[in-house]
Amino acid sequence: MAVTRADVLHIAELARLGVDGARADELTRELSAILAHMEVLSQVDTASVAPASGVGAGGTPLRPDTGVAPEMSSPLESFAPSMRDGFFIVPRLATHEDAAENEA
Amino acid sequence: MSGKPYFQLGAAEIAVGVRAGQLSPTDVVQASFDRACEIGAGSENLNIVLAADHDASLAESKELIARRDTSADLGLLAGVPVVIKDNIASLGLTTSCGSRILEGYVSPFEATVVTRLRAHGALVVAKTNMDEFAMGSSTENSAYGPARNPVDVRCVPGGSSGGSAAAVAAGVTPIALGSETGGSVRQPAAFCGVVGVKPTYGRVSRYGLVAFASSLDQIGVLGRSVDDAALGLEAIAGYDPRDSTSSDADVPIYRMSALGVPAPKARDPGTETLRIGRSAVPLPPPPHSRTLDGVIIGKPKEYFPDSLDPSMRELCERALERFREMGAIVREVSLARSPLAIPVYYIIAPAEASSNLARFDGVRYGLRADSVPGLRGMYEETRSRGFGPEVTRRILLGTYVLSAGYYDAYYRKAQAVRSLIADDFRAVFASGVHAIFTPTTPTPAFPIGAISDPYEMYLNDIFTVTANLAGVPAISVPIGRVRRLPVGGQIITGHFDEYTMFRVAYALEAALGPEAHR
Repeated sequence: MAVTRADVLHIAELARLGVDGARADELTRELSAILAHMEVLSQVDTASVAPASGVGAGGTPLRPDTGVAPEMSSPLESFAPSMRDGFFIVPRLATHEDAAENEA
Repeated sequence: MSGKPYFQLGAAEIAVGVRAGQLSPTDVVQASFDRACEIGAGSENLNIVLAADHDASLAESKELIARRDTSADLGLLAGVPVVIKDNIASLGLTTSCGSRILEGYVSPFEATVVTRLRAHGALVVAKTNMDEFAMGSSTENSAYGPARNPVDVRCVPGGSSGGSAAAVAAGVTPIALGSETGGSVRQPAAFCGVVGVKPTYGRVSRYGLVAFASSLDQIGVLGRSVDDAALGLEAIAGYDPRDSTSSDADVPIYRMSALGVPAPKARDPGTETLRIGRSAVPLPPPPHSRTLDGVIIGKPKEYFPDSLDPSMRELCERALERFREMGAIVREVSLARSPLAIPVYYIIAPAEASSNLARFDGVRYGLRADSVPGLRGMYEETRSRGFGPEVTRRILLGTYVLSAGYYDAYYRKAQAVRSLIADDFRAVFASGVHAIFTPTTPTPAFPIGAISDPYEMYLNDIFTVTANLAGVPAISVPIGRVRRLPVGGQIITGHFDEYTMFRVAYALEAALGPEAHR
């Protein structure tokens, strides 16, 4: 299944990756070539096979539902530019146009 | 200490010397830094070290001397210098994952494996170069330039744990930590002529390992010898409540396998003692048993195709002959679905990576590029500037196979075929086979820049990736040289049976002797 340039631009948008024109053409070729090798899987009969989401053998042991606080090398406050009421204050963005988009 | 230079001492020899007061940990650490300078471990030559703090390492060595003076048990790795792959969080040293997006990042907490190494007396001396976010098989994908193979500096050291393998091969440290998603410990171990082990999925805590593909990622150990790798794995293995995928299965004393005795019972009182300081086997390197009576070694025909390099085949046949001479039975077996492993892996791993790497968004970690207005602009600019070409390619590939309309055809299909690949391994072990033997890689190390096609590079993992997909343990052991470059043989066993894996590896190492390196 060949990937189109439009596909590349669409998935780049989904992945929040800026891809310029020349790179989009290159990636279209590269991804199509890689995915061509995956076609072999379509010939395998998996109708009665359960998909494996992992390979943990013996199950996952339970632990008390208390959580384990990470041991930090220095206070949490030292890892952010500033904090207020227990929250990190992140740098202000150049504009807030996306906030308006999200509300729409 | 036996008159050998420090860089030739094994981990057990160093630990014995330090525990007995015959070796100074400070001298050992200094020797490690001297060796790194001598061989040019920095960017001027091999480019295998990304971060080191000489003063901090020396200070740690002095703390160890103080611990010794209080008669405290110093642990399995007393005074042993170690290097750590740069995607494993360590206090004090940067954790960049070989990426610009985490350039200069220092973790506020430490990976469980590093804490355990320190508890066992090991001394961290450096973080090592790697393919960016562990995506690669040559360490050419590092944002900080390619690492070089100390055996032949024109060649790659393999990857993605190339810096760790090269550091061990060059004698900087006897033990290194690496990580695996599809062969990233075993392949560079083979290329550099050292031992590399990937434990069972769940055997070693991944708390503090920067996630790439969570259903595959495992931390592994590289060592100059099987004994180094066994000691290193024993120090870091075991349940960790901070990693929900870690198993509470007992950790045997792997070095007892060198004696050729059966694995201790799961609840043997000898394994119930405090993990630090237990030593049913004396710490000096144990005498290797050369008896494999009753052991059945499977030789999967799919890993010995007609196209296999004849020199590689010859070395594998020599290893198999050594197994027979030691009393093992070599039986031809089939892992029929293994040829499908590369397509399966390169769907599942990028899919998981596309999700895991979403966290690098310019807000929480490292690089933040915000010259483009708006939140979306900041995300895109940060990620485009921060990620290199291979990481970008895999994020896009993963996003594609998970996107609407393609999920069933690619991702779900790959998960089903993964089940079949794991079934093949289960069937072989259920038939009575104790260990499987294969070449670790199809070829020896290749020249830097020789492979430009992404899929051709992916094929480097063809013999290693199945163990990750099935979750079983595997080790690469040097078996000789092809065109003057080292190659490895791979021993794979069933889930949580690292003990048998080490038993067979110890025996092969002893049987080959110097032949393993020529």
